[in-house]
Amino acid sequence: MEKQVTLKIDGRSVTVPEGTLIVDAAKQLGIVIPVFCYHPKLKPAGMCRVCLVDVGRPQLDRASGAPVLNEDGTPKIVFGPKLETACTTPVSEGMVVWGATEKVMEARKEVLEFLLTSHPLDCPVCDKGGECPLQNLTMKFGPAESRFEFDEKSHNQKRVPLGELIILDRERCIHCGRCVRFQEQIVDDPVIGFYNRGRALEIRTYSDPGFDSIFSGNTTDICPVGALTTADFRFGARPWEMKDKASICTQCPVGCNITYNVRREARKDGRTVIKRVMPRQNEAVNEIWICDKGRFTYHYYESPERLTAPLIRRGDELVQTSWDEAIRYAAQQVKAAGSRLAMVTSGRLSNEDLFALKQLADVTGGKAILHGTISGGEAVSLAGMSPGSDLGTLAQGSTILVFACDLHEEAPIWWLRVKQAAERGATLIVVNPRTTRLDKFATHRLSYAYGNELDMLQTLQADTGDIGQAVKEAENLVFIFGSEGMGLSASAAVAEQLALWLERSGRRGKPSSGLIAVWQKGNEQGAWEIGYTTDERLAETISAAMGVYICAADPASEDPELKIALQRAGFMIVQDLFLTETAKLADVVLPAQAVMEREGTAVSGERRLQYYSPAVPAPAGTRPDYAIIRAIAEEAGIQLKGENTADLFEQLTDSVEVFKGITLKEVRAVREQKPALGRSHMYYGGTSYENREGLGVTLPLRAGALRSSAEHYQPQALTLESGSLLAVPITRLYDRGGTVATSGMLQQRIVRSLFSLHPADAELFQVKAGERISLRLDSREIEGEVDINIGQPQGVVLVTRSMGALLSAPVVVKLTVPQRSAVNS
Amino acid sequence: MNQLLKKFPQEIKKILAKYPPDQKRASVMPLLHLAQQDRGYISRETMAEIAEIAEVEVTEVASVVGFYTLFHTEPGGKIRIQVCTDIACALRGSREYLDGLCAELDIKPGGTTPDGLVTVEEVKCLAACDRAPMFQSQMGDELEYHEHQTVARTMDWLRSMMASLRLPESDEPLSLEPEGGDHE
Amino acid sequence: MSELWLLRHRQIPGLNQLSNYLQHGGFESWKKAVTKLTPEDLVNEVKNSGLRGRGGAGFPTGAKWSFLPNTIWPHYVVANADESEPGTFKDREILEFNPYQFLEGLMLASYAVRAHTAYVYLRGELWHIAHKLDERIAELTSSGYLGDNLFGKDYSLRIHTHLGAGAYICGEETALLESMEGRLGQPRLRPPFPAVSGLFGYPTVINNVETLTNLPLIIDKGAAYFRAQGTEKSPGTKIFSLSGRVKKPGNYELPLGTTFRELIYQHGEGIINDAQIKAIMPAGASSSLIPATEVALDTPMDYESVGALGCALGSASVIILDETVNASTVVSDTIHFFKHESCGKCTPCREGTFWMARVIDRIEAGKAKEEDIDLLASIASQMQNKCLCALGEFSTVSVISAIKNYRADFAARLEK
Ligand SMILES: Cc1cc2nc3c(=O)[nH]c(=O)nc-3n(C[C@H](O)[C@H](O)[C@H](O)COP(=O)(O)O)c2cc1C
Ligand code: SF4
Ligand code: FES
Repeated sequence: MEKQVTLKIDGRSVTVPEGTLIVDAAKQLGIVIPVFCYHPKLKPAGMCRVCLVDVGRPQLDRASGAPVLNEDGTPKIVFGPKLETACTTPVSEGMVVWGATEKVMEARKEVLEFLLTSHPLDCPVCDKGGECPLQNLTMKFGPAESRFEFDEKSHNQKRVPLGELIILDRERCIHCGRCVRFQEQIVDDPVIGFYNRGRALEIRTYSDPGFDSIFSGNTTDICPVGALTTADFRFGARPWEMKDKASICTQCPVGCNITYNVRREARKDGRTVIKRVMPRQNEAVNEIWICDKGRFTYHYYESPERLTAPLIRRGDELVQTSWDEAIRYAAQQVKAAGSRLAMVTSGRLSNEDLFALKQLADVTGGKAILHGTISGGEAVSLAGMSPGSDLGTLAQGSTILVFACDLHEEAPIWWLRVKQAAERGATLIVVNPRTTRLDKFATHRLSYAYGNELDMLQTLQADTGDIGQAVKEAENLVFIFGSEGMGLSASAAVAEQLALWLERSGRRGKPSSGLIAVWQKGNEQGAWEIGYTTDERLAETISAAMGVYICAADPASEDPELKIALQRAGFMIVQDLFLTETAKLADVVLPAQAVMEREGTAVSGERRLQYYSPAVPAPAGTRPDYAIIRAIAEEAGIQLKGENTADLFEQLTDSVEVFKGITLKEVRAVREQKPALGRSHMYYGGTSYENREGLGVTLPLRAGALRSSAEHYQPQALTLESGSLLAVPITRLYDRGGTVATSGMLQQRIVRSLFSLHPADAELFQVKAGERISLRLDSREIEGEVDINIGQPQGVVLVTRSMGALLSAPVVVKLTVPQRSAVNS
Repeated sequence: MNQLLKKFPQEIKKILAKYPPDQKRASVMPLLHLAQQDRGYISRETMAEIAEIAEVEVTEVASVVGFYTLFHTEPGGKIRIQVCTDIACALRGSREYLDGLCAELDIKPGGTTPDGLVTVEEVKCLAACDRAPMFQSQMGDELEYHEHQTVARTMDWLRSMMASLRLPESDEPLSLEPEGGDHE
Repeated sequence: MSELWLLRHRQIPGLNQLSNYLQHGGFESWKKAVTKLTPEDLVNEVKNSGLRGRGGAGFPTGAKWSFLPNTIWPHYVVANADESEPGTFKDREILEFNPYQFLEGLMLASYAVRAHTAYVYLRGELWHIAHKLDERIAELTSSGYLGDNLFGKDYSLRIHTHLGAGAYICGEETALLESMEGRLGQPRLRPPFPAVSGLFGYPTVINNVETLTNLPLIIDKGAAYFRAQGTEKSPGTKIFSLSGRVKKPGNYELPLGTTFRELIYQHGEGIINDAQIKAIMPAGASSSLIPATEVALDTPMDYESVGALGCALGSASVIILDETVNASTVVSDTIHFFKHESCGKCTPCREGTFWMARVIDRIEAGKAKEEDIDLLASIASQMQNKCLCALGEFSTVSVISAIKNYRADFAARLEK
């Protein structure tokens, strides 16, 4: 237990852990000491000087060290000649702080007056107006009017794009450095900095592209004035005109808590639209941060490409039809297929949708298949994170193993959480064939050859040195694995190995210990918990089935083999937001709804069950997935349980063991977040939102014995002849996946190069960065731009997933350079 | 390829050796000095080269360039004349001297003559307060203090320098004739 | 002229050549320290000498050394050769003409705190001096005064130079450390103090060039000898950089406690054109304008006595103003200096110096009203005690004292 210290602030007593800063101690008492440069998530800087307070300390007798007493027996308190900054001064026993005396109020007013001399005071047109700490604190503590001559104000640039995502207003910047410190201290991307000095100090970026950080949007939340804004929200709306709708980001398995700010828009026929995405504080999940993918991709929901009417195949064409006809047709097929129906879905659906579809599968006897690029969810169900878990508590004494993934690209907020755990002293073991951005924080960094994942795990488990020790002695033990360079069966085998290792280490079922899979979608874990499994032989399954029913998945654009299988399928029903490659092959296409138009629950990779509510009305002509599933079932004469989301949730929690007994109320319950930073504490934490809509509930582990497929899984031996390379799939954040590509915002950030080679291979094949190369695998040729990367192994070409290369597991390929071979031949 | 590293492998090695291996960032300022002496100013490419050597972001190098007044992001004149006008010098007429010199060259403080030969800058204390008015001249990596100056003395010196300087691309002796116009 | 110590080169020509320096007892103290004394001996001797830092604050040097924890290693020593205070030009003379004595001092300080690496942080303008120092350091290394296993003992020391690039604030010790680490020269929060977490996060001593240059004498001749000069609380000699409206400006090494009068009239030979002296600025641009009254002129120049006049002795860069000088112009100079040098980290200094500059420009341009003088004084006092480091505080001193003592000078500039 930390040492506690008792002090008095404005006459009130408070006891806090030693080392607490005065400003935070005051906050606990509800006493507002204004701050600008201070932010509880950043190291104190003491720059803005607005937090000055009067600090007294008990006088100690020099010889005895005992407090000197006044005549009345109270300890004698000595106040320094200067006020002190509450944001940098730690509390001490017996301290007496005055935060609202005349002297303090005067100083505060004076500092504010200084700040305002260079501030444009354009509040009436500022985006931050109404949620601006400077504005609020000035009203509360500032001078009535400035003595600064208005004509002497220097003017500065009002619109400086720091790249295409974040815009800076140099006139409004108060030089608190929160953004610069966030980029350096929190996310290790010091790509914005101060330039010049004195009054000429200004924020600049020299990175290419500008402000090259996947966390850049967070700076707009913590900026205490309207200096940093996102390009899509800038001048978009005034804060008080907007409503907030709690939601969950489903772009990756982290499940960040977010709030959609919405407003009815005259220009959009009075429709309610999303104006921006803000983090919603959940200290156990994302604190008050989100990544830019989560912040900027939401625009896909307003894409003109959205499907708004069912389509049905007439010969070679898909033509619009009525819902009735579409449902009738689909139902006929479903009924006819019976148990020979294959249902394929993905982690994009809510638990309720998944449960509805699962029921249909159970009744018809058809197959319910989860389509994705990574497997192993069963092991995670059995040995994953359990109730009471919080990655934020991992510190010295804990061990984290990160295996076969690139967290920075695949689950940015987990990257951040793991980095911070390592900074708090946790042992971090990073194991991957190539270098990643986590390596810098790793205690141990190991690599293996692609394809040797299981051997590597064997070696690790046999280790008797530091690594073995770190695992053995870990207070909390977390294994995070991905599917870098692996197909479904390999990732399943890895998951099972890791789960067994956890169990042998005695950490299975221990809170804040467990196995975490880096899924590609937001609710893949939910699908596994509900009973879906992946299918390694999906193409065969599809070919063998009489028909397929595909919800929210696009296998045709991910795997050429699947595409061929789908083309041959008997019939095909597809539910989606867009006319995907898969939908184009369908017999009937049913327009579904996006997550922000929906209510539902999802299970994050940490097995946290979370709730999201609809933010905007769905476009006319669309329906929620579960409703479409139900309608088809009903038409086919099958009665599914659960009429609406709430009802489905209840059915789910009644019938699936790990969900048993959980109520929506619990999922939506909140506890006070520490430090309290959300909306009503804006001056302190920025504009992120207080969590009023639920922190989620971590599912209990599924009971049962762990499986070991390691014995029955044999990695395929891939032999490389000279002139051939091993092509290996990896995941990048800004790929061409559906939502990124259609969002419009991140276009410039999408990775350009499909392939990546080691410099030695580049030399061997005589290709340069930026050149186009072509890979031949089986009967296919794939072509794309190449990048050179010294951090990857030789003999390997990395292929980014979701960029059209259609590679699901490592294969041997031949490399050619198209133009040159054209010249040669 | 990193041109700076290619041109000065030995110097850079020496610079890096001054600091602990995990503190490469400390080499940013010495590298900037090295590059500026060679190239006359710090371009964006130079920043990128230094960022690579010191293993920091380009923005971090740029921040340093922006903070310190001795780093220039634009090429200045072949001869830089830096006049101190701080209080101690001002009390001995350095401000009047600077104004006179600028008038003679028809430029403003901070400006460069149109032929690109002479830049006159106002700088802060050069620690020669007892010998004001004074300036420091900088030509490539040569640096000289000139104390007890008058405008006439400085102009004489400048003309003598000019005589010895020739533009690389032409054999024309350098002129010191202002070409008119208002230059910053 | 009595014997000079810090400016010994004035009496011994060619002291900046190693052979000459060695001939005159050079590096004897160094050899003695490494071969015969323990680091504790050194610390104690310097404590006993009462040597106080010559960089401005006058902090006892021995005490400063003893703050370094012996639990965290390595330790570093950094010589502060940033000398940028307008009116200060003493360190430069030492570095150019008496460099070995300075280096010997730096070496002694390093040994005293068991540092194996020391740096000299020089202001960027002095790069020719830095190059020369590099050569001298190489020379010392090849002659066995620097390097490994010195004098056959288990002690090694290396010295490197590091150049600033035009920023007065880098004289402030924590800004200096930031600058050394390749960052903007903005001061750090304290605590932690450099003695605990300094360069690269390790315990660090930062001493001024002149401070260090005193050390060979103290080790050679002992604390008592050192104490024989100067005053009880401010022992030793000090270099006074005399500039402004005097006939003979320059550096003068005199015992601490010498009066202003002696410095100005005896050594400086009085005021140009024998004009009437008006004010003294004892600490460069960072000082008050002290009216040159008889009492002031007779004040001994030591840390306490000058402090009693309401001004710090600082680095003893004494600038003299005479009756021809208008205080408003002086203040305009100092304000513009500090505005130019404000690092921008903290609000009062960044905004205050800017605001003051706007107001003084108006005054100087004859466009101000009476209230503007009060406004100027009020901005300055509003900045006081709020800044993150001393630079911001320094910028207010001349303003407040000038308006208090020479308001008429400002009034003369007002809109007619
Ligand atoms: C704004 C500012 C500028 C300073 N400039 C210098 C300087 O140029 N040289 C110097 O030695 N000390 C300077 N100092 C003092 C240093 O911070 C530090 O106190 C000194 O180097 C310590 O050395 P000493 O104990 O030997 O005096 C400055 C302090 C401040 C606040
Ligand atoms: S007082 Fe503030 S702005 Fe001024 S130099 Fe110090 S830290 Fe920088
Ligand atoms: S100085 Fe304390 S909040 Fe800025």
